Amino acid sequence: MADCTESKIDIRGCKIHMRRGGTGDPALFLHGAGGIPGWIPAFQSLSESLDLMVPDHPTYGLSDEPEWLDDMNDLAMFYLDMLDELDLNGVHLIGNSLGGWLAMEIAVRSSTRIKSLTLVGSAGIRIKGKPIVDIFMMDPDDLVRELFVDQTIAENILGMNLTEEQTDIQLRNRVSTARLGWQPRLFNPNLRKWLHRIKVPTHVIWGDTDRIIDPVYAAEFGKVIAGSQVTMIEKAGHLPHIEQAETFVKAVSGFIQSKAA
Amino acid sequence: MNVFMFHLMPYAALDMKERDKHPSAWVTLPNKLFDPKIGHELYNRYLDELELADELGFDGVSVNEHHQNAYGLMPSPVVMAASLARRTSNCKIAILGNAFALREHPLTLAEEHAMIDCITGGRLITGFVRGIGAEFYSMAANPTLSHERHMEAHDLIIRAWTEEGPFAFEGKHYHFEYVNMWPRPYQDPHPPIWCPSLGSTETIEWAAHPDRKYVYAQNYSPFTNVCKFLDQYRSTAQDMYGYEASSSQIGWTAPVYVADTDEQAVAEATEHMEALFNKFLYLPFETLFPPGYLTAQSYKRVASHKRGIMGSQTMEALIENGVVIVGSPDTVRKKLIECHEVLGFSTFVALMHFGTLPADKTERSMRLFAEEVLPAIQPLSDREYRGFEPASAAAE
Repeated sequence: MADCTESKIDIRGCKIHMRRGGTGDPALFLHGAGGIPGWIPAFQSLSESLDLMVPDHPTYGLSDEPEWLDDMNDLAMFYLDMLDELDLNGVHLIGNSLGGWLAMEIAVRSSTRIKSLTLVGSAGIRIKGKPIVDIFMMDPDDLVRELFVDQTIAENILGMNLTEEQTDIQLRNRVSTARLGWQPRLFNPNLRKWLHRIKVPTHVIWGDTDRIIDPVYAAEFGKVIAGSQVTMIEKAGHLPHIEQAETFVKAVSGFIQSKAA
Repeated sequence: MNVFMFHLMPYAALDMKERDKHPSAWVTLPNKLFDPKIGHELYNRYLDELELADELGFDGVSVNEHHQNAYGLMPSPVVMAASLARRTSNCKIAILGNAFALREHPLTLAEEHAMIDCITGGRLITGFVRGIGAEFYSMAANPTLSHERHMEAHDLIIRAWTEEGPFAFEGKHYHFEYVNMWPRPYQDPHPPIWCPSLGSTETIEWAAHPDRKYVYAQNYSPFTNVCKFLDQYRSTAQDMYGYEASSSQIGWTAPVYVADTDEQAVAEATEHMEALFNKFLYLPFETLFPPGYLTAQSYKRVASHKRGIMGSQTMEALIENGVVIVGSPDTVRKKLIECHEVLGFSTFVALMHFGTLPADKTERSMRLFAEEVLPAIQPLSDREYRGFEPASAAAE
């Protein structure tokens, strides 16, 4: 079923691990703090109508750890380089959590190669008095439980026997997230000032029971990004693409077809 | 041997029932549990205790830095050192340490240390620490940058203390157009630098470097680890850098309690010592080791033995493992002489107050220590040291 290829691609000397599958408009999925568990069912379904690319960000997963990567600004510039190097046009950008923050940082800098933006439980801005849960202070097992409404998913994940390589990747992803998002916690105080520069069709998707980033953020993004559409997904936490894959895929594909095809 | 009295200045009046409703005594323990009137009394009592140490003949007194917690009420140890500067006359004042890189402007600390060094005519010792994991939560500092910022802050401070100003400091994290310190430190080239640590190869290799030769002080550790790391310092100097480390480059820090008999000492100190380890010092794993604070390799090693066994220390085990030294003057004296014979450290830092230990017991223990232990250990030198035979090499 895993109809994707895995390869290393070299962008100006930084090799990143890339999963890619399907044909259609190019789409780039930008992962969140925990990285990518693999070619999940939602990716498989999306790849039926899209050329879906799912990279491990530099410093995450199996990608390189370049010396120059200090912050989210560097990561956004890297992806602009990648879009140029691969000469991708009309890209549908989909970002979850930290990846949503990254997608916005890319889009405010340049949207020339971007056709639409989908933000899923996105970090990146702060509503005063509504902090994102402190994912660093929390016990890592409790964090897994907080990600899902359906606790059987959490218990399945916690019950898995990880290889040493998988444990190392988890540890690495955690450090990488702290590098990008420890201070201030998972947002850029300057980002909100420039969100008006996002002029591509934008879709804000949120789990209705997101206990990591409160759903009030869905409404906030809906308000500050002109013309954006908000979709709440029922019985989903912070990772609706895993917890409610079918509904998630319908929402994403429907938006892309209606607004941006 | 130089013997120091160390004080953490904990909030000894902490309501332990309230404390137990929270994960630890750090970062998020509500500050309504701090009563400023009691704080006033405690600060003055603790300063009296350190001033008494000077009168009793300790070679030095020492304070340190922790933020937003009940374990140690010195977010600025400089304030305490400044107070002690004018109220002590003979002893060294060791700030063990200051977390320079937690600051956006580490130069302010360099200035303050230089002031104290001038006021005291060169009695200051500067401790360079990164700060423990909890500080990175409390001070909103990124733990993934802690190591490189620590190194850069160190270079800035040393250059500020030793190079002719004004000059520009052009670092990655710190940039100062004009570094030109007024005052310069009294001691030439600068106050001695110590590196207190729980045991880290990176710190040992860095401190032992011939350009630095900083004092490495092992804290809160079972005696087998004290042996391992102090010997590691000597062997690093020899094998990596090709020189013989002096005993003046290594030190050991441990809680100490003295009473008339061993039984009495244990009976009197147990509750207070266990409070230190289990109520004040205890930290949840993620708070103690935030991401990036340790290298991946160290993190995995620490996670494999520390996770799940913290927070349940007993006095019996603490004594048996040699983490603390508790007993009659005779027992404490013998123990320190024995340990010195094995390791040859020329600095011993005694935590004479710990946890909830009341004032009368603290003072009695200090006096007994000063009268019956100090005179026997202060004269110890390399003559009594058996010489470098790595204890850990034999064990491994």
